[in-house]
Amino acid sequence: MAKGKVTFNEDICKGCGLCTTNCPVNIVVMNTTKINAKGYHPATISDIDACIGCANCAMMCPDNVITVERF
Amino acid sequence: MAVVFQKTKGLTDKETHYCPGCTHGIIHRLVAEVLEELDILGETIGVAPVGCSVLAYDYFNCDMQEAAHGRAPAVATGIKRSLPDKIVFTYQGDGDLASIGAGEIVHVAHRAEKITTIFVNNAIYGMTGGQMAPTTLIGQKATTAPLGRDSSTTGFPLKISEMLATIQGAVFVERVTVHNPAAIRKAKKAIKRAFEVQIAGQGFGIVEVLSTCPTNWGMTPIKALGWLEDNMIPYYPLGNLRTPEEAK
Amino acid sequence: MAKVLMKGNEAIGAAAIKAGCKHFFGYPITPQNEVPEYMSKELPKVGGVFVQAESEVAAINMVYGAAGSGVRVMTSSSSPGIALKQEGISYIAGAELPAVIVNIVRGGPGLGSIQPAQSDYNQSTRGGGDGDYKLLVYAPANVQEMVDLLQEAFDKADYYRNPVMVVGDGMIGQMMEPVEFKERPHVDLPAKDWAAVGTKGLRKPNVINSLFLQPEDLEEHNIRLTAKYQKMKDNEQRYEAYNMENAEIICVAYGTTARIVKNAIETLKEEGINVGLIRPITLWPFPEKAFEVLPETAKAFISVEMSMGQMIDDVKIVSNGRLPVDFYGRSGGMIPTPEGIIGKIREMIGGAK
Repeated sequence: MAKGKVTFNEDICKGCGLCTTNCPVNIVVMNTTKINAKGYHPATISDIDACIGCANCAMMCPDNVITVERF
Repeated sequence: MAVVFQKTKGLTDKETHYCPGCTHGIIHRLVAEVLEELDILGETIGVAPVGCSVLAYDYFNCDMQEAAHGRAPAVATGIKRSLPDKIVFTYQGDGDLASIGAGEIVHVAHRAEKITTIFVNNAIYGMTGGQMAPTTLIGQKATTAPLGRDSSTTGFPLKISEMLATIQGAVFVERVTVHNPAAIRKAKKAIKRAFEVQIAGQGFGIVEVLSTCPTNWGMTPIKALGWLEDNMIPYYPLGNLRTPEEAK
Repeated sequence: MAKVLMKGNEAIGAAAIKAGCKHFFGYPITPQNEVPEYMSKELPKVGGVFVQAESEVAAINMVYGAAGSGVRVMTSSSSPGIALKQEGISYIAGAELPAVIVNIVRGGPGLGSIQPAQSDYNQSTRGGGDGDYKLLVYAPANVQEMVDLLQEAFDKADYYRNPVMVVGDGMIGQMMEPVEFKERPHVDLPAKDWAAVGTKGLRKPNVINSLFLQPEDLEEHNIRLTAKYQKMKDNEQRYEAYNMENAEIICVAYGTTARIVKNAIETLKEEGINVGLIRPITLWPFPEKAFEVLPETAKAFISVEMSMGQMIDDVKIVSNGRLPVDFYGRSGGMIPTPEGIIGKIREMIGGAK
């Protein structure tokens, strides 16, 4: 069961990928099937159930795209 | 359901112009979070430099002044001397602070002005397209050091924190980085400490933050984090160089 | 208020404090050192702040910061020091900030000399910084006028939200003369709600700034600034007309030089030679109004300056071809003598008949 809930404000993501670098369970990936309003691939979560709500992804994001909640 | 991480009120709604993966964005957030957590947003005046963060006055959710290139510490002096009970900070890049503004930063420390400086060191001129900065590393390529910085003609990268740590008025001097969550937590602690030093009126405080410049380093944002760790940290060692307890 | 004998530079400090200026940022440079020295002694007594900056560049940027905080602020320097401040002055004008800048002019160019001169006329009136901006520029001719104009400069700076420059020269700065600090009528000035003093969480952030990256915005900003300068042109021209009736030759001179010209005029009057003087009190806006109606008898203008000739260009502009414009000047810190001026005028008269 997911311990955390991660929401992305997808349209302000610049597709830089920094959020993917420090996820302890490696579930933060770039969504290459999608282009956002800025023309980038936005970040997303591949398997939310594995999320532990540590917010490393949000800490690495330079653009305040990610909000993290913990159950 | 508890919110563990959300955007701070210390930043405005304006999306930043910074390149994808530029860690200016992280540093802005840390300063803004500290201002919010210390509950001083309404009492703070920030001074933006000239460089990539020239538009910082659109991003920090507090009163701001835009300074001429290199002169933010002097502008901040004018503000703090006029509004001594307000919190005043400068946010400056390495071209602004270590090159044209080297005199100003030395003297704001020399006068022990009770202000806080956030010094973003990305070893290059970003806004103007990648020229060599005083902090550019030996061998590092820049548009004005096309074959890589050569010390025989351009000297050696400036260690600002070490330099300022020799000045008595600089009571808080720390170098941090933001290339991973652990480093970010340390950076935020140092930034908070620097503002607390100002609130306590102990003297001048500066936090040097090593930062990336994917565009002008010519690498992906993620590679840039690695380059910073492998090349900048060895030359610019992290840690606290001065803190008021010693300074007394 | 009794008269008191004061050195020009110290009277400048006293006048600024009288005008409510509590913040001064300066740097040592002869011949204006007594201004920062006086301020370092007197400002703390009135709860004011004196800072000796590391350079004139730093000092003008401290002025920018203080002005953006809504306080009355002044700096003073001399010629090469004022040159260093030009970028900062352009920023202050661009960000529409009130500030008073005093220039006690010395000989130039370059390191020049330390004696009196007027060779910064162009730097003061044409603007030494970048972009289309203007300063209201006052040119007092004695210490009393310096004291009066300096206090007025603070009101004008606040009223127009623009830097105001007060130009003296080494003599006015160093000379002692009796001065009186008269009570001045209250001027109601707009509140400084634009100042960056901290939002207190009650309003959106104020930003003090001269950067407009969108050209449309900067052009609009320039149009607004220029309208302000036009208002200054319409309302702020000031001059003294002296002995203009039936004048054959009209001298144009300001500051110390104008006083010397008056001596020459009195001497020539005894020889039946009638010479007039127009003394600009504002160097910018240049007092065109003084030149609208000229005495029928006038045959020529002569610009008399402590320089190699800078104000002469403005005299030619306002003469607009009506009369020839000649020049007499001493430079490098040399001060013109009445005899020198009289000799030149005799020469002109001789030639003019």
